[in-house]
Amino acid sequence: MISMRDKAPVPTVRSTVLDNGLTVLVQEQHAAPLASVWCWYRVGSKDELPGSTGISHWVEHMNFKGTTNIPRDQVKGIIERHGGSWNGYTWIDQTTYMETAASHALDRMLFIESERMSNCLYEPAECESERTVIISELQGGENDPEQLLDVEVTATAFKAHPYRHPTIGWIGDLQRMSRDDLYTYYKRFYVPNNATLVIVGDILADDAFRLAEQRFGAIPSVSLGDRTRTQEPVQTGERRLTLTREGSMAYCKMAYHAPAVDDSDFAPMLLLDAVLTGAKGVNLWSSFEGQAPQRTARLYRALVDGGLASSVEGTLLPTQDPFLYTVSVEATAGTALSSVEAEALSVLDRIRTDGVTETELERAKRQFRARLVFETDSVTNIAHQLGYFTTVATLDLYHDLPRRVAVATVEQVGEVARRYLVPSNRTIGWFQPLNHEGEHSPLVVSGLRRR
Amino acid sequence: MSKNGLTPVRTALPNGVVVLVQSTKTQPAVAINFAMVSGSVCDSADHIGIANFVAHVIDRGTSSRSAEALAEAFDNRGLSFAVRASRHRMILACNCLTDDFEMVLELVADIAQHPSFPDREVGKRRVEIETAIRRDADSSAEAADDLVRALIYGELHPYGRRVSGTLDSLGRIDRTALIDFHRIRCVPKGATLTIAGDVNPSAVTDTVSRLFGDWSADPPVPVSLPPVPEANGRRRAVRQLPGKVQADIAYGFTGVARSDPRYHGFRIMNNVLGQFGLGGRLGNTIRERQGMAYYVFSGLEANIGPGPLIVRAGVSPANVDRAIASIDDEVGKMGADGVTDQELTDAKQFLVGSIPRMLETNAMIATFLQNSEQFDLGMDYDARLPGLFEAVTLDDVCDAAESLLAPDRASIAIAGPIDEDVEGAVSP
Repeated sequence: MISMRDKAPVPTVRSTVLDNGLTVLVQEQHAAPLASVWCWYRVGSKDELPGSTGISHWVEHMNFKGTTNIPRDQVKGIIERHGGSWNGYTWIDQTTYMETAASHALDRMLFIESERMSNCLYEPAECESERTVIISELQGGENDPEQLLDVEVTATAFKAHPYRHPTIGWIGDLQRMSRDDLYTYYKRFYVPNNATLVIVGDILADDAFRLAEQRFGAIPSVSLGDRTRTQEPVQTGERRLTLTREGSMAYCKMAYHAPAVDDSDFAPMLLLDAVLTGAKGVNLWSSFEGQAPQRTARLYRALVDGGLASSVEGTLLPTQDPFLYTVSVEATAGTALSSVEAEALSVLDRIRTDGVTETELERAKRQFRARLVFETDSVTNIAHQLGYFTTVATLDLYHDLPRRVAVATVEQVGEVARRYLVPSNRTIGWFQPLNHEGEHSPLVVSGLRRR
Repeated sequence: MSKNGLTPVRTALPNGVVVLVQSTKTQPAVAINFAMVSGSVCDSADHIGIANFVAHVIDRGTSSRSAEALAEAFDNRGLSFAVRASRHRMILACNCLTDDFEMVLELVADIAQHPSFPDREVGKRRVEIETAIRRDADSSAEAADDLVRALIYGELHPYGRRVSGTLDSLGRIDRTALIDFHRIRCVPKGATLTIAGDVNPSAVTDTVSRLFGDWSADPPVPVSLPPVPEANGRRRAVRQLPGKVQADIAYGFTGVARSDPRYHGFRIMNNVLGQFGLGGRLGNTIRERQGMAYYVFSGLEANIGPGPLIVRAGVSPANVDRAIASIDDEVGKMGADGVTDQELTDAKQFLVGSIPRMLETNAMIATFLQNSEQFDLGMDYDARLPGLFEAVTLDDVCDAAESLLAPDRASIAIAGPIDEDVEGAVSP
């Protein structure tokens, strides 16, 4: 049988580091007349101090609001006139900006990113206007009980590491921070020696490197200062929380401290998650697309096929420091969260005790191999992955991940189950809906017999 | 997509199944999209939600494969497989590796033609749908969207109903009804199988003939859409959702059918109003200048019948009236004055320039071709599309705006933590 690796060799990624410290990655991809440019900064919400939570994300928003050479009213249109899309996001380890457009617009895209790195305006009125936009974004998230629960579970699971606060920040900090706070943060972290520029598409690599040098080469590097972070101490006992609010659906989350991406446990942990809830791959940008193959997964069978839940999802994402492996469950109408939790924990206890089978492991590997193909189906997705892994780990680690998954053994997956899925390492959160009279929602008889 | 555009091979089987194959070589993967003319417009009045229910159960067992066997087949290959009902179509869509293509196509054929609707699976999926209906009712965004469609189209028009139905209608649908719906509505006539990826079109056509060629069924009785109620005045409804922090607004009109010759002018108008950049003119006013909302945009859903144009925004409850006034202002201005030359040029450049992006992946190509077939746009539609946008004049766009955008005919729905004494309030 021909393996995927035989059929689709790893494409060539060329890289260089400019004199100012900017890492530049270029991959030619000539299938469509498109190019995708991503500029990544090694700054995210874990770099924020008390009183300034949410500043990374707010700064990201401000960096779409005009620069010295791109007037505020001309920000929109530059990329659109080349048929392009643009966006950006902030998470715990990183902030990133992207444009994907016709490949002949490459220099326009690089111009925008070079301006963003050094010349953003931070007009006081714009900072104030964006404060309310971000508070609106926060409130939109709070409307969703599952997001609300996710924030609370994460904040409970971590008591020392800055992964504990939400990327959007706490409301009090968003109401307090000033324009100068934002600008100081921007000037500190938006420097070439803290960034990676990724270019993928229908371009010639030599041209791309030359243009990158022209646009970014003169931007000075700046010392980043001390970036010490508090390490999360080992959790020594189960933690629990319950949220109650008006609503109709009940949710349960179980979060376990999990290995960082560069830990040798990470690949076995990915496979453990695949056995429990189906393989999702490792692309945060495309992770919202498509349903994971999970009908044979253990937690799906026990909870969804068992009629206790309408959905179950496992989340393990590549992060720089150890983050969380989270199992999220939406209970079916009328099902008590205690039943959902008991069944889920029973499955998790069993896999911790007995490990996984060869059949399960091979299926998980095949799923993962397919997901790696599906999640790199566009220049945008390819560029995302190159930049993401370079920012939170290394490019070599990204290219080596398929091998790490392929060689993982039943013993290794069983071992991570035994070490990570212990009660003392987990935080369990419930969202218990109240009906509109302030009482727990009544049970509803449905068409399925349950245990 | 090739830099020279799409080159699909189109064939029609004697039983009516149309097969579209586009070969691409970018990845060792294939996207399969099989669409039948059995969307929610086929729901009968007492079985609203039945198309959606069938979509949830159709892939949970066939006459020769148990639910367990299908689950193994999907998961062993890492398939991304989904079935959904839209207004006019039921679509089975998946991505697979090239090595698995023939086996996966065989699964798709079996699922479409021979579902067994096992009792146990019907029960499980019923619970899932019930849960989804309750979840949507608790979502301010979903509730506002549902409410505005009901305001625009009324209860008698299928575009005014939820595709998933209601808890009441779901309770009236039993296994026999699902089987009957599949027998009558999920038929080869009008179905389209689209395949995009690392395949050889001639070999695929032979395989498709083998798998779908013997399928026979009576053609479905055509569904005729009732006329859309005329919007004689401004309508407003509120759904109270205590405990929420933010309110969602949906503000809409009856738009145009996809077959309307003015369609591309409406697309450009919508792009200027609520798409270009970060939400078009609406985004400029409500998000960028006033800082009122994280999201605001407009969407145009041209369909077999005249689909809606809906403006959506999420705002603080205190800003609901201010946000609606701003939407009124922008909508009214564009209705009265149209768009500018520069806006027309910008929108055209964006829409024409974005075509390669729209056709970059196998799944995107399959969806594009599926739509081209559904709306009879031709297999060269991707090549003609730039010219169709370029041919739109300023007058076309201004006429489109004038015919549609009138605040005094708007349907406005609000869902969130709104006071009970607000005009038009309804209980949850």
